[in-house]
Order: sequence, then structure tokens, then C-alpha cells
Amino acid sequence: MKRVYNLSEYCVGCGLCEVHCATIHSEYPDNIWKAYRLADKRPMSRLFVERNATSSLSVQCRQCDEPACVYACITGAITKKSETGLVSIDEDKCVGCSTCLIACPYGLIKIDPYQKVSLKCDMCKDIAQTPVCVTRCPNEALVCREEEI
Amino acid sequence: MREGQIRIPSGCAISGIINRRGHGFSGSAIINSIALMHERSNGMGGGFAAYGIYPGYAEYYALHIFFESESVKAEMEKNLYASFQIHLAEEIPTRKSRKFKDAPIIWRYFATPLPAALERYDGDEEEFMARFVLRVNSTLRGAYIFSSGKNMGAFKAVGYPEDVGEFYRLDEYKGYLWTAHGRFPTNTPGWWGGAHPFALLDWSVVHNGEISSYDANRRYLEMFDYVCSLQTDTEVITYLFDLLLRKHGLSLRDAILVVAPPLWSRLEELEKNERERIQNLRIVYAGALLNGPFSIILATGNGLLALNDRLKLRSLVAAEDNEYLYVASEEAAIRVVANPQKLWFPAGGEAVLGLLYGKESLYTGGRCFDGGKLENAGI
Amino acid sequence: MAVSWRMPEYKINRDKDRCIDCQVCVNQCANDVHTWDEDLNRVVSDESLCVNCHRCIVYCPTRALNIEKWPTAFKDNANWDSGAIKQLYAQAESGGILLTGMGNDRPYPVYWDNLLLNASQVTNPSIDPLREPIEIKTFLGRKPARFDPSSDEFPPQMELDIPVLFSAMSFGSVSLNVHKSLARAASELNVFWNTGEGGLHRDLFEYAANTVVQVASGRFGVDAEMLARAAAVEIKIGQGAKPGIGGHLPGEKVGNEVSRTRMIPPGTDAISPAPHHDIYSIEDLRQLIFSLKEATEYSKPVMVKVAAVHNIAAIASGIARAGADVIAIDGFRGGSGATPLRIRDNVGIPIEFALAAVDTRLREEKIRNQVSLVAAGSIRNSADVVKAIALGADAVYIGTAALLALGCHLCQKCYTGKCNWGIATQNPRLVSRLNPEIGSRHLVNLLRAWEHEIKEMLGGMGINALESLRGNRLMLRGIGLNEKELQIMGIKAAGE
Repeated sequence: MKRVYNLSEYCVGCGLCEVHCATIHSEYPDNIWKAYRLADKRPMSRLFVERNATSSLSVQCRQCDEPACVYACITGAITKKSETGLVSIDEDKCVGCSTCLIACPYGLIKIDPYQKVSLKCDMCKDIAQTPVCVTRCPNEALVCREEEI
Repeated sequence: MREGQIRIPSGCAISGIINRRGHGFSGSAIINSIALMHERSNGMGGGFAAYGIYPGYAEYYALHIFFESESVKAEMEKNLYASFQIHLAEEIPTRKSRKFKDAPIIWRYFATPLPAALERYDGDEEEFMARFVLRVNSTLRGAYIFSSGKNMGAFKAVGYPEDVGEFYRLDEYKGYLWTAHGRFPTNTPGWWGGAHPFALLDWSVVHNGEISSYDANRRYLEMFDYVCSLQTDTEVITYLFDLLLRKHGLSLRDAILVVAPPLWSRLEELEKNERERIQNLRIVYAGALLNGPFSIILATGNGLLALNDRLKLRSLVAAEDNEYLYVASEEAAIRVVANPQKLWFPAGGEAVLGLLYGKESLYTGGRCFDGGKLENAGI
Repeated sequence: MAVSWRMPEYKINRDKDRCIDCQVCVNQCANDVHTWDEDLNRVVSDESLCVNCHRCIVYCPTRALNIEKWPTAFKDNANWDSGAIKQLYAQAESGGILLTGMGNDRPYPVYWDNLLLNASQVTNPSIDPLREPIEIKTFLGRKPARFDPSSDEFPPQMELDIPVLFSAMSFGSVSLNVHKSLARAASELNVFWNTGEGGLHRDLFEYAANTVVQVASGRFGVDAEMLARAAAVEIKIGQGAKPGIGGHLPGEKVGNEVSRTRMIPPGTDAISPAPHHDIYSIEDLRQLIFSLKEATEYSKPVMVKVAAVHNIAAIASGIARAGADVIAIDGFRGGSGATPLRIRDNVGIPIEFALAAVDTRLREEKIRNQVSLVAAGSIRNSADVVKAIALGADAVYIGTAALLALGCHLCQKCYTGKCNWGIATQNPRLVSRLNPEIGSRHLVNLLRAWEHEIKEMLGGMGINALESLRGNRLMLRGIGLNEKELQIMGIKAAGE
């Protein structure tokens, strides 16, 4: 399956991936300004940008073949679709217990403080052709590819 | 305004006929041919080059000279007698005509350079002659040597070519090779020296088109001491062939590869040695590449060469009829004087060569490294 | 001083309404202008540090930022303009030489813009590049005066598909990613790039066939391997941005990779001497040229690069006779990563005059064929290229234009090593900002665009081969030039 990989030597640590990820998952997916200004709650991205003094990288859910979060989920809200391989969270079933967050070996799950549900990368399924973090990265540091680089 | 003060582009008509056996024929044929193309000229210039017309004086250089006044003529003759033995000096016979009432004084001198004059040039007669003519033409105001070959002559004036031919009584001459030119300049030059053909030694060039590479060619030639005083394309073309064939001894095939080279992309189809050779020729002689539309007829005592630019932007037709070879800007200009067995339209960059039987090269000095046999010059 | 007289140069305007506090600007500014203030709970900006590089403006996702010149004006003074006054304050406070980056920005005339090109109308046809081939390939190198069909030997040539090369910019003054972008683009376009005086990094050996290496006065990175691999060797006598002095790379920019490539200890200042200490006269240059030719077995062209100065025609003639195969002339608008301000702005002459004078002189001396000429010092677009060829150049170098294609915004702060665009820096956090994939793509785009424009202009003039444009001064007319300027350039005035 296709996954998002990062070319960390080109990551400039700007955080635009976070801005676009947050926007597209918000009430105003087409308008950054409205997404941040008009929404009741500040929109949240589903990825993490790690920075140190000399380098940075942007990481999101690895859509693992053996997803620890799926096995850990107490309500069965997280499932891995066999056709697409995508690991997704059904927000209606999620009770906000954070077990998945603890289970994830990469630490790539967030908690939405307002709705009290877990959030993770959904590869922009049904909302964009290619994940927006990839298309909007100004330095082409993220790619969406089949195989491991 | 005259040539040399400003640059005058022109469109035109050209024609050429050669009897390859060397049998002379009257100038009427070429006059009829160029007359047919009357509409291609505007009466602002016409001229002819004729070869084999002075059989009795074939060993001597035939200098044709325009003079604007008797005093300039006197001064010029002082120059001439200082450097040459003059065997015959006379006015060129003309028919009086209202069309040419502003004619200059036109004389011819059959001359041999004095040995003392040749010393500076290590006995190289041709180099001496070329330098002499170029020097006189660029320094002596009011005199112009418009022909300087052996057993040949250029005849030109400001007027329609058929009228010029009649003025110079060319029907009374017999030559084995004739070329003609009718001019359509976009200014109004009043000066006879600017008409075509341009002649130096026994080179003559008539040209239809406008060389867009003119200044690049001129500045390249100046490095070899050619002075392009007329600012015409024909002058530059003549000097280029003089440089390539006479001074550098290139074969005719190579000279054509220099002025009308094949496209770089076509070279890739050739085998390595040939490709590198043509590439190197083009690199060395970049300043001699002729760009812009042209059809030219270059003639010498050995024959004529007709050539189009590599994009074929001017017309040129060729025909053969037994020992006669014809080239002209229009098919009709050939058919009015002949009924040829074979007629064709040469491609861009494809040369038409008409040499006297038995002659192997265009350059009469014979200084040619590989014999100059023309096989398939346009590739 | 407790209070500096120097006001900020720029004012940052942040549209509070548009700003979403995403902190992209905070993440991006290498000069620490923008910071997140916990107490005020928003981004704040310290304009005194701003260099107007536009990084934050370009990256802000809601276009909330813009920058203007600091609005406080001095009293109108045509003699002491605000720049002159501020420079004086800076020197009074610091006691140092004023440094700057990139090329001369003073309002001297730009002569390219006083030259106009011809087009064919009626008397000969223009040529349509979409339908007919127009050849702009060129060869740089020494040419024999005549063709010798009996000989197999021919002087070495550099073949270029487009008459443009990437100018010398050293590894150290620019990042390795810049070199990777230039090398890849040069290779794809079949032109050449120049390593500058910092040597050739081993990661770029695969592009050696398109690489010109430089032997400058500091001889940094010069060794047998680099000479053996390169396609051509350039002796750098001078450059347009700082004629008469050598390069200066501060120790902060000499990290491990730069140290290894230049063959100097890390952290040391890399100061190139003003002259080559083995070239004090023209005959010494001849000795170095032939040393390099011997070392490379006469298999590659040896170039000599000089700044355009007053006696350039005679200098070029000497260089040609000294055995150089290509002469590169860098006009006073040429760029640099670090140069003293006064030298950049006051020394040297425009390339337009230098090129015309050199081409004319070499032809007068009948030695034009012995060298190819490369013109540099602010070639900004394809029309400048065409005009340079018409004046007599064989090809042009582009430096600033190439960096602009890589993202440079001409803030002229290259010497600080904090280039926000990842170009003039060795800081790894900043170097990653130039992705060579994108960089080389931009360079290829630029030159392909210029290639099409050059063909259009040539076709318009009725020329289908670059050779016919070279030195063809009749294709140029001057506008707004005086008699002397027209005469020096060897061109007529528009209307003549």
C-alpha cells in the first residue's frame, strides 16, 4: 500500500504540513484563515514535526502491517481495512481512553482535547487525492509511495 | 548615397549559362534570359560576367575601370604604369543611349604585373593583384576597378540588365560562360560600382538574397586583411570563397560545407571520422557561415557553381542540354533560351557545379589540397 | 554604545487579522526575527534583525506578513542619501570594513537596456523556430586559423547546447546543495558549471564531464585528481565583484566538508591572496597556463577569468597570446558571497564595454580565433544573452541569475552565513532548505525557457545558426547612448 515517507534531509521544519493537515480536517477545509479563525476550537493536525538544532522531520501514522493500536483498542473503534490497508479510527465508537496512544510504538496518535477522541493520520482518505502534507510541502520533503525508501 | 556609405539590401534575378566544351557563344542568350525576368528588377542595377571573351589577350589581366573624371583617370594611370606593363588601353565600346546618359568613363587595360612589383609578394601574382585592386578601390576616390581577371570581364551599370547588355554591346562578344544579374535594391543607389556582379581576379559572384550574417562575416574577413568597402553581400561572398579556396586551399566540397553546413542533428547520422571532420570545419570557419536567404552563382575561368542557403529560401533552377548547363532564378528564364533534356530544382545546400570538361576544380590556380572533386557536396 | 544610531532597515507589518499564530515564520527565520511570546500568546517580531529575505512572507500560509523600508526618512539630501549616512554610522560604531554580498546595486546605467535588436522585414524572411531548426550550439576553445585536412589534431573544445554556463561560486560561499543543483542541471542541459575556488567535492565526481574547476589565488582544493576529472580548468585572476582582491571565507563557514574539499584545517578563515603569488606579470601567467596544460596532457581547455577593468582590451590580448583557450570577463555587476562594499560599488567597468572592446581588439590583432570569450557580470535574461553574443561573446556565465532560480531573494547578506534559502550557508539546518531536485529542476526550466526565447529572437533576425550572430554588431542599435559609447561598442544608433 502507499504510505507517506519523509526525506528528512529536505525537511525545513516550517510546519506547513501541520497547518494544511489541520485545515483539511477542519470545518473549513478549503480556507486556512477561516479554519483557524472561525472554528470554535483550534484545528489540530494529525502529524508531528520533530525538530532539533540541525534537522527536522515530519512524521505521521505508519499504517502498520501489525497495528498495535488496533489490538489495543478496547471498543474496536480502530480497524485496518484489508483492501486499502488504511488504519482508521471511527470517532463515534472512540471513548477517549488513550490506550491506543500508549500502545503506538512511534507515538503518532494525538488526543483531541475538545471532542475527547483519538486522532491520527487518515491519508486524507475521501478528502484529497494525495495527502495534503505531501502536496503542500514546500521543499518536497514528503512523498507518497508504495515501497520503503 | 552609394554602396560603402550605407548598406543596401536587394532582391533580384540571376542567371548563368556555360558551354562545357569551352565553345564561345554570343551574349544575346544571357541577355534574353535575364530580360525574361524583368519584373524581378527595378532598374537600379544590372550586370554580366563573361568568360573567354578576350582570346587574343588571354595571358593578361583585363582591368575594367570606372572613372568619375579625367583627372582621376590620369592619376590612376600613373599607378597602373608604375606597377604594370600595359599591353593595350582603350575605352570599352558602348552604344550611346538616353538610358545611360550619366555613364562614367569606362576603360579597359590589358596588363601584366612588373617583376619589381611582385617582389613584395614573393612572386605570388594573384596575391599582388588582389591587394592592388582592394587597395585602389578603398583609397582612390572616383576610380573603381570592377573587373580584374584574365580572359574575362564584368560589365555593369545602373539600369535594367537587358539595357545594360545592349549598352555594352555584349551581343558582339563570344564567351563560353556568362552570368547575369538584375537588381531590386530598396534604396536608390546611383553608383555604377555597386551593381552586380562583384568581381575580383577571375572570381565573379551574382547573388539574390540578403545575408543576415553579413557583419559576422565581414568582421571575420577583416582579420585576413579583406576590406569590405562596398558593404554588399556579394563582396563578402566573393572574399569568403577567395579566402577558402585560394588562400586556404580548401576543396570545393569543404568550402560549401563551410558556407552552407549541414545541421548538427544531421551530423549524428554520420560515422565518427566524417562527423568530426565536418564538425571541426564548422568550428574553425564559424565566421564564414552564410546565413540568410541566398542563391548565388560563383564563376571562374573553369566554370560555375550555383548554391542555395541550407533552408532554400530563394529560388534556383538548373538544367542541362548536352554540353550546356543553365542555372537561373526561374524556369522560364531557361526555357526562353533552351529546350533542355533535364531540368531540376536543387535542394537547400545542394550545389550545382558546371565545370569545363577536363577541369577538376573551380579554382583556376590549382592550389587545392585534395583535388576538389565535387561528389555529393550537399549532404 | 548603549543606544545605536542605526535604525532598523526594514519594518515588518503583520496583519493581526490574518495571522493564525501557526509559527511557520518563527520556524523559518534564521535571523531570529520572529519568536513566540508565551505571555502575550502570540508571535512577536524584532525588526532590527530583519534582512528582508522574504522567507517568512513567502511561507506564511495566510499572507499575513509584508515588509517595507523603515519609514523614517532623513531630510532630503541629494548628496548624503540615507545609505551613505547609515554606512558612515556603521563604520563609526565598528571601525571595520563594510562587507556586502551579491553584485553592485548602484544606479549606474545598465547598458544592455540601451541596446535594441533587429528583426527581418521584407528584404529577408524571419525564421520560425517552431517549424525550422535554429542552432544555438557553440564550442569554447582555441580554434586554428585555418583547417588542416591532413592533421588529426584539433585543440580541445567544450561543447555547449546552449551558450550559457553557470558561473563560479565556491563550495564554502555556497552550500553543497547549490553545487549539486548546478551540476545536475548542467549535466542535463549539456552545458557547464564552475566549482569556484573551493575545490570539487567528491559527491560531484559523477558530473565531472560538465565541470569546470577553478585554480584561484588560494589554490584551494587543487590537486591532481580534480584536474584529471574536470572538463576544463579556469585560472581565476579576478572577479567583477572585487577586482584586485581575493576571496574571503570566514572560519564559521569552514566546516568539515568545506575543510576537506578545500584542503585547509576546519574553522580557519580561507583568505585568498589578492594576486596569485606566482603570477606577477603576463609571462608568469603563461607559465601557469602551460603548467596546467602539461598536467592535463593538453586534453582540456584552460580558461582565464579576469575582472573587467580599464585596460581590458590589452590585457585580454596578452592573455590570448599567453596561451589561454578561453577568456572569461566579469563585469562590475558581478556577484560574490562576500566583498567589501566600496570595492564592489566603485571598481571595475561594465561588461558591455569590456566585451565590445576586447572583441574589437582581438579582431584588429587578427587573433580572435585563438580564444573563446565568455561574458559575465549580470546577464539577467535571454535578451542580454543575445546582445552579448552580438557584441562578440561566444557564451555567457550566469551567477546571480542561477541563484535567483534557486530561491535567492538578493538580500545581500550572504557573508553572514545565515542564508534563509539554504544557498549561502553551511548551517545544516539551513542547507536542507535547498532541495537539489527542485533546484536543478528550476535551473533546467530557466535555461530551457531562455533557449526558446533565444531561438525566437534569432529567428526573428533571419538567423538560424548562432555563429552568424557572434560579433554581428549590425544586429544591434543603441538608444540613449552618446557618440563615444556607440563608438566603443561599435554599433549604430537606432534610426541609422
